[in-house]
This record gives sequence, structure tokens and C-alpha cells, in this order.
Amino acid sequence: MATFVDRYPDEAKVVQASFAVAFIALGIGAFFGLIQALHRTNILRVIDSVDYYTLLTAHGVLLALVFTIFFLVGVFTWAIAKGFERPLPDIRLTWAWFGLMTTGTVLTAVAILAGLVPEIPMSADVLYTFYAPLEAHPAFYIGLAMFIVGTWMAGADWFLAYRDWRGDNPDERIPLQPFMVLTTMIMWYVSTLGVAVAVVFFLIPWSLGLIETVNPLLTRTLFWYFGHPVVYFWLMPAYLLWYTVLPKLAGGRLFSDPLARVVFVLFVLLSTPVGIHHQYVDPGIAEGFKFIAMTNTMFLLLPSLLTAFTVVASVEHGARQRGGEGYLSWLGALPWRDPAFAGMALAGLMFAAGGFSGMVNAGMNINYLVHNTLWVPGHFHMTVGTAVALTMMAGTYWLLPQITGKTVYSRPIGLFQVVLWFIGMVFMSNAMHRGGLLGIPRRTAEPQYQNFDFAAAVGSVGEIRMQIAFGGLLLFLSVVFFLFNVAATWAEDRVDTPVDDTIPAPLSPPSGAPLILDNLALWTGIAVVLVVLAYTLPLASIVTDSGLLGSSPGFPVAISLEALAEAAASALPHVSLDAAAGLRPLDVAAEAAETLEVSR
Amino acid sequence: MEIHRYEKIWLAGALLLIVGFIATISYGAVGAGIEMVDDDGGQIEPNAISDHPKFSEPGTYKTGENEYDVYVVAYQFAFDPGTSDPIRVPANSEVTFHITSRDVVHGFEIVGTNANTMAIPGQVATITVEFGEPTEYGLLCHEYCGSAHHAMEGSIQVVPQSQWNESMVVN
Repeated sequence: MATFVDRYPDEAKVVQASFAVAFIALGIGAFFGLIQALHRTNILRVIDSVDYYTLLTAHGVLLALVFTIFFLVGVFTWAIAKGFERPLPDIRLTWAWFGLMTTGTVLTAVAILAGLVPEIPMSADVLYTFYAPLEAHPAFYIGLAMFIVGTWMAGADWFLAYRDWRGDNPDERIPLQPFMVLTTMIMWYVSTLGVAVAVVFFLIPWSLGLIETVNPLLTRTLFWYFGHPVVYFWLMPAYLLWYTVLPKLAGGRLFSDPLARVVFVLFVLLSTPVGIHHQYVDPGIAEGFKFIAMTNTMFLLLPSLLTAFTVVASVEHGARQRGGEGYLSWLGALPWRDPAFAGMALAGLMFAAGGFSGMVNAGMNINYLVHNTLWVPGHFHMTVGTAVALTMMAGTYWLLPQITGKTVYSRPIGLFQVVLWFIGMVFMSNAMHRGGLLGIPRRTAEPQYQNFDFAAAVGSVGEIRMQIAFGGLLLFLSVVFFLFNVAATWAEDRVDTPVDDTIPAPLSPPSGAPLILDNLALWTGIAVVLVVLAYTLPLASIVTDSGLLGSSPGFPVAISLEALAEAAASALPHVSLDAAAGLRPLDVAAEAAETLEVSR
Repeated sequence: MEIHRYEKIWLAGALLLIVGFIATISYGAVGAGIEMVDDDGGQIEPNAISDHPKFSEPGTYKTGENEYDVYVVAYQFAFDPGTSDPIRVPANSEVTFHITSRDVVHGFEIVGTNANTMAIPGQVATITVEFGEPTEYGLLCHEYCGSAHHAMEGSIQVVPQSQWNESMVVN
């Protein structure tokens, strides 16, 4: 019996290449994550705190953008070819977008990592949100732009495949997996427009010196116009696997095809007009706009709550097919020894917890308590860091055999690895949430201050730090086992039937879904209208208030240590330059800056 | 479209939850009076803060009976006032903070409270908080602002009314 790699060898190569880039990024990003977890908890500091922000930028970009999105383009390419049962229209186009995305990634990664090498005059320690007027090297922004354009070309590739398929099948329903791919890409086109405008029209010319200033609130708002839908872009491949693969692994079939389509349509409509919920405490944006973003965000809970029902119902159906009985004892009949199933099920479980902490974030008045605290990374390590990342790792145990023709090297290692991830994240994310409630900030190399201590009502700050460091260690080990298992699988010999790759038909078939659900042009139109309604007035008022180009010059992150130490030395004559440069120059400079008498 | 009965119940419950959230948040905004940071603070030229009537001399201003304004300028890597000198406010007072940045984006968090906002160059954030008994709060920057971000901190002294004096206000 042939599998994907036999039927679509050219497409399989692209999927393999995409996964390879994704997994390399995962390995590097996870390693940096370990260093950060040990550093900010003050358990082991192997780097200078200045370099912490270089690693943090790389961690965010490599994991949240490169790992997730390269895995996504791999899965989507697989889903399009498999779902439409035909090769992609022109494999050269497919390689072209892969090449562009990879080149952009390398450019951005070099710009970031050069920050670790003082001899190279390049730095991009601006974190993955790159808020202006902190200014990175132009290569950082140009690489990101290339990466985004690459994803646009990938979407075009899949829409061309859809057009060809539609030509041959004028009256058929769009198969479910390609339907999910196409709706996700519509959302992506609508939402990436914001970041593309921010990067191409403002940040690239500004970093090249072509324009003098930017409006920081404008570029920030354009970033968040994209910054929330991007989390659904990460999540949609996980949803695709939960809806179409998880029920099969559980021994059953999808509960309802029509409901799955409804969910994806809701994401097209509601993902973008919510971005201002990341700016609840930003000045310069009227409360009414924040209220609109809040209500839209709350309604965005609906597709995820529907997903919880459909996925659990499908899994329960599978368990009953396997002989499971009772109200809850059917859970025991599930294939918990299968790493693909166990990983996805645990990921879904943690997504429920992450969803609840997200509901807290979305509540605009309670958000004051947690905004920019450690609570926030605690939240998104449960969502993108587990719901998405663990589903992708677990899905790999089912997908990799199809695209390589090789059986998984070790299912026990796979099972151990996914469970280890779950346990590590339980430690790390619960402690991060609790730390956030104490006011411990996120994105901070040394959250240990001179003027005050954080007071813990339950447990202690030391105990929270230990949990974060221990959890981070388990997560890193999990990635090491995963990458070993993947590499060992890849090194095996091809076999005829590496995995059962059939996907059974849903219980409620697509024929029950109203035809209008497949009207992609209609949903695109409504999505655009909603975005125009939610964003025209805020953007217009930001531009009216401070101008299109604002008045903020760049503040390059590549601060020369000598210059800073000299400034400190000249301000405080008793701090000698040697002492400043010899010890920890930035800390000395910062201390000096603190004691400076402010002239104004 | 066929929708299973349990699914309808779930759908209704989900919508109820969503409407309930929106209702409690609306109550928090209107009933409990938790206002969002908004555009009331207006704009400021980040390169000409010294021309501003108040930000040119940041600190505590008395505006009424037990009501004060505190102007704070955030910059890499300190608050003025807050870092080299603590922000001082009297006990049992209502204080409106006006916060801006003269360089990059910073954060402003009074540790252990929900007084939390962004400091964005070109914009003025205003938040009104009530201070109770005399105590001291920590102050920190919660938005990454450059290589010494972790050193950006300060403090707020809530001074007993008996010790409060004219030298602690700017005006």
C-alpha cells in the first residue's frame, strides 16, 4: 500500500524540507529557552544579561514564527495534495516559496545572532514584537518581509491547486482538509497586511535611514493587527490535526464535518478585529475601541468552545468503537500508548487550561493585574507552546512516516517525550501564571530588584523560580528526545506501509453543511468589512494625533559598551572607565544613570 | 444542517458564558468604575518634553483637596521621578499619574497593584489610583526597553499626612 511519499514524491520533498527547517529552529529555540529559564530564575547564569535579550529575541522568532510556520506550510502542503488527490500545479513555485521563506529566515536569524558577536556590527535585540522606536539592523526587517511574502506565495500555490481541482470537480464540496487550509490562508492574507505595511512602509525605510522618524503607536497598532491573528495561524494546523487526525487515531471518526467548517469560517471572520486587546493599557486609543476589541475577543471563544465539544465527542466515539463504556471510563479505552494520540490529547487538555487564562487576559479591567507580567508568557506557553507545539510534535509521529516512507524509530521514546513535555509545562506555566499575579514582569533578564521584593501569598518566589527552571529543563530534554527520534526515523530504510494513513469519513458528512459555508469569497468580504469597521477609526485617530511618520527617531539596540561606559564615567567621575568596563559595564552604566541628576 | 441535541446545549452554554463575560466586564467598567487607559492624556512631542509646562518639571502637583497629579518621564533606564528620587504622595489621596517616554516604549507597574500602563513616546498615559495608608511601593518597567531594561526600577513613598509638606510638591 502506497503512502504520501509514493503518490506525491515531489510534494513529499517539500514537506520534508519544511519540517527539517522547523525542527532545526525548534532545537535552537528550545536550547535558548533553557538558558533563559535558568538565567532569569538566577539558578545558572552562563551569559551576560545583555545577551539574554538576544537569546530571547531568537527564542521568540525561531519558535513562534519559524518552527510553527514552517511546520504549518509542511502540513498544509500535505493536506492540499492529499485532500485534492492531485499534485501541486507547479512544483517550481512550491520550491520558490520555500526558498524565499528560508532565505528570509536565515537573514533574520543572522541579524539576531550577530548580537552575540561584538565584532559584527549588527544587532536585532528587539524581541519578536520589534516595537519601534527600538531599532534593529535592516536585515532583521528585510528577512521578516521575505518570510511573510514567502507565506503569501505558498497560499497562492494552494489556491492555484484549488482552482485546478475546482475545474475538474465543479459540483463537489471542498474536501475538509483543503477547506481548512484555504480558510486559514484567507485569514492570513487579511491579517498580514498590517505587519507588511508596518515593516515595508515604515520600519525598513526608517532602519535604512530613508525616513527620519516613525509613529511608535501606529507601528505598534499595525503589529497587533497582525499579532493576534498570527496566534490562530499557529493554531489552525493544530485544529486541522485535531479535527481530521485525532478522531482517527482514537479509533473513530470526526463527529461533524459541517460544524468543523463553521468553526473555520468563524476564525476567518473574527481573528483580526481583536488585536487592540493587546493594547488595553496603551495610551492614545479611546476606551470605546478597546471595548469593541474585547467583545469581538469574547465571541472568538465560540469557535474554540465548539471545537472542544466536537473533538471530545469524536474521541469519545472512537473510544466506544474500541469497547469503551460508562460516563468517563471510556477514557481508559483510548490508545494512550500511541505517542501521536497521547501527545495531541494532552495538548488539547492543556489548551483548555490555557483558554481559561486567556479569558482572564481578554477581560479588559482584570487585565490591569496581569498585563506584561509573567502571567502572559505563562498563558502562551500553554497555547502556542503546548496546544500548538505538542500537537505538532505528536502529529509528526503520524505524518513523518507518510512523507518519508519510514516507520517511527521508537514509539516508547515518543510517548515518553510527549508526556515529558506536558509535565514540564505544568511546572513551568503554572509557576509563571502565579509569578505574574505577584507582579513579576515578563521579558526581563533579572527580575530581582533593589527597591522591593515580590510578595507571594501562597508558596514563595523561590519555589516559583525552582518550578520554572525545573519545567524549562524538562521541556528542553523533551525536545532533545524528539529530535533524536525524528533523526533516527529519518535514517531508517523505506518500508511499504509505514503507517495507516487513511482518514475515515465523518459521522455527519459534508452533504449536511449549507453550501454557503464553501463560499470563500463571501467570507472574505465579510472579514474585510469587519476589519474596516474595527480598525479605520483607531488608525485614523492615531495618524491624526501624531502624524503618519510621528516624531520618534531610531534608538538602535546595538549600543556600544564602551560608549555607554564612557558616558557613565564622564557623568560620575569617581567611576573609572576600567572598573566600569572590567566588571559588568552595563550594570555600572545603568547604576550611574540612575544617580545622575536629571538636568530637566 | 444537522446539529446534535447535546451540541445545541453546549452551544447555548458557550454563548451564555460569552455574554456573561461581557456583562461582568461592562459592569467592571461602568459599575465599579475601572476605566481603561485611553486617549485623554493627549499627545506630546517626545523630543521637546522640556517645553511641556508640567513634564519639563516632573513630580507631584497638588490639584485639589487630597487630589494630586504626578508627572513621570520614563527613559532608558529610569523613571523621573521614581528612580533616583522616589515618587512621593500623601496617604489617603487620589492621584492621577501622567506618564510619557522620551525615547523608546517603556512600562509602568506599581508592584503588587493593578496600576499598570504603557509609556509610549508621543503619548501621555493617565491613570488615577487611590492611595491608602502610608507605605512604600516598588515601581518597575515591564516592557523591554533595551540592554539594561532589568535595571529600570524605582519606588513610590506614600507619606503620612502629618509629614507631608510643601517641599514634596512641585507647584
